[in-house]
Amino acid sequence: MKTVPLAEAVAMIPDGARLVVGGFLSVGTPERLMDEIVRQEKRDLTLIANDTARPGVGVGKLVDAKCVRRVIVSHIGTNPETQRQMFADEITVELVPQGTLIERIRAGGYGLGGVLTPTGVGTLVEEGKQKIEVDGRTYLLETALKADFALVHAFLADYLGNLAYALTARNYNPIVAMAGETVIATAEHIVPVGVISPDHVVTPAPLVDYIVANG
Amino acid sequence: MDPQTVIAKRIARELRSGMLVNLGIGIPTLVAGYAPLDVQVYFHSENGLIGTGAIPAEGMAHPTLTDAGGRPVTALPGASTFDSAISFGFMRGGHVDLTVLGGLQVDQSGHLANWMIPGKMVPGMGGAMDLATGAKRVIVAMQHTAKGKSKIVQTCTLPVTSDRAVDCVVTELALIRFESGRAVLSEIAPGVSVDDVIAATEADLVVSQDLHQMLI
Repeated sequence: MKTVPLAEAVAMIPDGARLVVGGFLSVGTPERLMDEIVRQEKRDLTLIANDTARPGVGVGKLVDAKCVRRVIVSHIGTNPETQRQMFADEITVELVPQGTLIERIRAGGYGLGGVLTPTGVGTLVEEGKQKIEVDGRTYLLETALKADFALVHAFLADYLGNLAYALTARNYNPIVAMAGETVIATAEHIVPVGVISPDHVVTPAPLVDYIVANG
Repeated sequence: MDPQTVIAKRIARELRSGMLVNLGIGIPTLVAGYAPLDVQVYFHSENGLIGTGAIPAEGMAHPTLTDAGGRPVTALPGASTFDSAISFGFMRGGHVDLTVLGGLQVDQSGHLANWMIPGKMVPGMGGAMDLATGAKRVIVAMQHTAKGKSKIVQTCTLPVTSDRAVDCVVTELALIRFESGRAVLSEIAPGVSVDDVIAATEADLVVSQDLHQMLI
């Protein structure tokens, strides 16, 4: 793990990169990374996240600033700008049931090819997907999702990169941290090693490549 | 009493102590406010919280304690927080005893459509498909008609949320159960007649032999 200044962390992300970002309606989203991606005018990103938040917050900032070409999310209803760009063909939106989305990301990080889920069977979601019967019940084969960069936000990070989360800001973050080729984390508090006890570490240090310095 | 209150009060009577309950956005959220005082349920928020409490007093909100709509909430004694994979494991895995969902249409075999109107409203399904597919019981809370047209239809014209039938729908006029592919009129709201319900409903209804007035 390496500690890096904010601008340097974001400079590693090339245009066209595939990002998976923690957060649920911006709660638990690494806001400083979002601001810096906008400032550095990244383009043509693919965004995998729970939702596109609202204009001006969380990953919604990336949509506002037209950094994103494609989103894979479960919900865009809180962001009229995503809907406007979708109807104007400026952005591609793939909608995935929320429980399926988190499992696809989990599968990506856990070395699985995908998951079998009953969610979506008999709905528009099943179009183009393989159906598999197990013990008399039908499931959809939903394939794994991985990303070039995982961007996560923790409550605590120690000097080695162990992470712990706060309340409902945990959401996608621990799963996302497993699914990125490079993992960049921000934290509310950066603390000495040992402050987070082994039982309370949620994301172990070897997963985390970079901690963004607080400043 | 306005339609939403009738619906929420009736559904609140289904709550039992110890149940794990997920309430959708809209009318379903109102159900929590009518839970009987002697009934203690766990409310589940899909963003990763069991033990969701009321809206905090002014100045007591915390940015990392929110419900599935992103609004500040409190956590009750015994609450727990967890990641989204566990949260949806609760839903799909049948660990949620009851979910109450809003609806755009319910058809006479109990299929729910509540996540999109093609070409008009495409918000995304969020957690609705997982809840409708995996919760032990699914109750739909919605007004009986929209712009004078029945929302309880013969066949859904909107994209369905799950291939699984819901258990019942509660409207301001009636409680209709779905049993073996049939829509059974089980309860009628005070001041409403069977003929009123049938006239307001596009689906074919079977009147229950046990038909009674809705307690609210």
